[in-house]
Amino acid sequence: MLTLPRVIARMVLAGLVFLAAAIPAGLGAQDGPDRSRPPATGPAPSLDLPPVAKHRLSNGLPVWIVGMHEVPVVHVMMIVRAGAAMDPEGRFGTASFTAAMLDEGAGTRDALELADAIEMLGATLTTGSAYDVSTVELHALAETLEDALPLMADVVRRPTFAAEELERLRAERLTTLLQMRDNPAQLATAAFNRLLYGASHRYGTSIIGTEAANRALTVEDLRAFHAAYYRPSNAHLLVVGDVTGDAVLPLLERAFGDWAETGRPPAAPAPPTMDRPASRAIYLIDKPGAPQSQIRFGTIGVARSTDDYHAIEVANTMLGGSFSSRLNMNLRERNGYSYGAGSSFAMRLGAGPFVAQSAVQSDKTLEALLEFVNELAGMAAQPPDDELTRVRNFEALGFPRGFETTTAMANRLAELVTYDLPESFFEEYVSRVQAVTAADVQRIAEQYMDPDRMIVVVVGDLASIEGPVRQAGLGPVTIVTADEVLQ
Amino acid sequence: MRSSPSDTRSLWRATRSMAVAIAGLALLASPLAAQEPERRLLSVPYEMFTLPNGLRVILHQDRSVPQVAVNVWYHVGSAHEKPGRTGFAHLFEHLMFEGSGHVKEGEFDTLLEAAGGTNNGSTTSDRTNYYETLPSNALDLALFLESDRMGYLLDVVTPQMVDSQRDVVKNERRQSYENAPYGRAFLRLTELLYPEGHPYHWPTIGYMDDLSAATHEDVVEFFQLYYAPGNASLVIAGDIDPDEARRRVEFWFSDVAPGRTPPPVTVPAVELDNVVTERMTDRVQLPRLMLAWLTPGTFRPGDAELDVVGALLSSGKNSRLYRRLVYEMQVAQDVSATQYSSKEGSIFLIDVVARPSDLGPDESIARLRAIVDEELDRLRHEPPTEAEMTRVRNGIRASFYDAMETIAGKADQLNAYYMLTGNPDYFAEDLGRYETLAPDDIRAAVRRWLPADRRVELVVVPEEQ
Repeated sequence: MLTLPRVIARMVLAGLVFLAAAIPAGLGAQDGPDRSRPPATGPAPSLDLPPVAKHRLSNGLPVWIVGMHEVPVVHVMMIVRAGAAMDPEGRFGTASFTAAMLDEGAGTRDALELADAIEMLGATLTTGSAYDVSTVELHALAETLEDALPLMADVVRRPTFAAEELERLRAERLTTLLQMRDNPAQLATAAFNRLLYGASHRYGTSIIGTEAANRALTVEDLRAFHAAYYRPSNAHLLVVGDVTGDAVLPLLERAFGDWAETGRPPAAPAPPTMDRPASRAIYLIDKPGAPQSQIRFGTIGVARSTDDYHAIEVANTMLGGSFSSRLNMNLRERNGYSYGAGSSFAMRLGAGPFVAQSAVQSDKTLEALLEFVNELAGMAAQPPDDELTRVRNFEALGFPRGFETTTAMANRLAELVTYDLPESFFEEYVSRVQAVTAADVQRIAEQYMDPDRMIVVVVGDLASIEGPVRQAGLGPVTIVTADEVLQ
Repeated sequence: MRSSPSDTRSLWRATRSMAVAIAGLALLASPLAAQEPERRLLSVPYEMFTLPNGLRVILHQDRSVPQVAVNVWYHVGSAHEKPGRTGFAHLFEHLMFEGSGHVKEGEFDTLLEAAGGTNNGSTTSDRTNYYETLPSNALDLALFLESDRMGYLLDVVTPQMVDSQRDVVKNERRQSYENAPYGRAFLRLTELLYPEGHPYHWPTIGYMDDLSAATHEDVVEFFQLYYAPGNASLVIAGDIDPDEARRRVEFWFSDVAPGRTPPPVTVPAVELDNVVTERMTDRVQLPRLMLAWLTPGTFRPGDAELDVVGALLSSGKNSRLYRRLVYEMQVAQDVSATQYSSKEGSIFLIDVVARPSDLGPDESIARLRAIVDEELDRLRHEPPTEAEMTRVRNGIRASFYDAMETIAGKADQLNAYYMLTGNPDYFAEDLGRYETLAPDDIRAAVRRWLPADRRVELVVVPEEQ
């Protein structure tokens, strides 16, 4: 939740240098190892990612296949370029409701028959929406893939949208929205996004949408959304795991090759741009008796298409993207106000939020807010060399971990697809991270991390925290209710 | 089995190995399933040896990514705590990251991050684990850090460090339990199930007063009692040459002094003899019903059966409780039935969150309880169908393969199997537990272990607004 979305594909890590003061340990010692210095680590091994085989089915649907053969499983992901950001005005929640309905009956099977057919194969099938895309994902044993793919094709292409299933999901979704009020962490995030973007911008409401829209949406709304966007020309299929192209392509062709194209999908509206806050404003939401305050401190960030992607990743890791980051060391390790603190940029097709966050004990709320200000402001100063080196290495050398499982590999590839990243993104990742300079970090800090131009949301026990926060003069204080930020 | 809930050192990189607790495995009923390739995967080849100081070492090579997982289990958890010091095993876990004889405060993390590694640790009632995943060239660094804190932790721990991590842990307790919806119910559950004095009575996170009372002297005593190499096991899995890895382990751990044999934990026999009910209020929107039973410990007779019972009741749309309560009647938002396995005894928990309704909270709970009891009664009287058994077995089998996808997950499981059975490569035997179950075994397990008249019924209702 606190890390940057990371992307990749084919890359080689080799010959990078890491530990600054690395001296060989006393290999010949008879009385035990020389512990006076940490051991040298030598050059990092190279990671050769398996190649991405790119194909098209006869209807033009792009298919990328990556072989991973250690475990006999396969992850298949259909990416549809229509997420919550495509929701019609006044109908926030359409994309995610549509995705949720896909496996509630499809083809000739009703919801229970479909679930049974998938589970009998030991497979799992999940559907969902992000802001930028919707996905249908199948995770199956390689030996059952042939039987599972037709079920996935039904779900993508032939959902039933049965009225009684829609009513059942409607009740479930409204209950989920109701339960957000119980959870201070979810409430704080929802409030932060709403107060930053407003009620009309899609990023100001969580993906599930508003209560009003979830009450109002009809079968026709969902059918229309499906018809408009779930088309081969608006989709992309990933197959990752214990398969070969020769064996799997005929199965894919059978499942998706005759998925008819019905014309171009509606063009995506340009994501509306929003001005960043010009000054600091504080918003408080009451959670009577809460032992902790949930804090969100941030502003509008940047779109995934930014040229500053690597610099932002490094700057964010330094501030709040790893255990040794400044926010965590301050709020947790030095002051003990919290179990953890961090920060993240949500980089989407449009500019998602940048947020620094923590849950802190109630009686240290003001102290914690002041430390957020200190750490955010401190990012404007030139970072020490050793810190910058550590952060760059953490990002660059940890990169291979994201490719270990079929699911993780598919997620990495999906980001390439979703954001139309150039092929060179893979090979360049490590060198571009390593090229981030102190001046780059300062530039990012100046642009996005100025604590004087942010909104601050605190969900906590107002009886004890409101007075101190007001008296500190951190900025104008407004009390808002859960209803105001969730509706 | 699903591992019992644990308390984790940090939020960072919330761990995969915790989330993907291996649920054991089972074969497809279909005779067409390719048996040979599966057999290959049901074995995780390893090399095991013991150092002169008593440390057990297990090595497994997997070169699919140039990374290595280092995973240390100390066979001590909250069950070993003494009265008045609940939560101490977990507080101690936090102190293990604060530096050791040759590692300055803060360096444990900065050195690993600079090498591209991640790390974390967690504590359950039975064990405490510590783990790093890092590029394989940095194996020496992980071994240096693990051996240094195993050998030289007490050189540097100060009362100030104890104070500092005490504050962090108290905030972990606030965040994960006190300020989380229904969180206090989870703290209460074991108190209701186990009598006072039983080592599973208190929560692993501990009581605030006991956390306040913990001292530097307690740290010294606990380390000397439980952190000897003879009470630990080290797994290295991933991109290694086993011979070279063995030499590196021998090198780095050679100066770690052997310690004493820890005192055994005394576990009194325990059984519920009636229905224990409690009604709590919380700042929540919806009533919640928890029904809990004391059940057999990990790998004991009945443990696998109850895994299957859990899946039959709540895994997937066609599972019995989900289908009735959530899908058909739509009186519940969600339901789970799970065997939470621990070494000395497990908890079977049926957990249902009500949908908003016109009924009052207590009536709503009564309706949920009646349906749950109907379904349990049905299972007590007729065995599940073959189709249900196949569906459940195939799901369990698939979850096993998923857990095999990461070296960190395999490393943790090798350590778990070693601690519980003495055999790190227990994968095939674990499979056998499910393979041999017949429908009537399930019926028998429900009759034996999930009686309606001996259980805990914990109800959470919304506070009056």
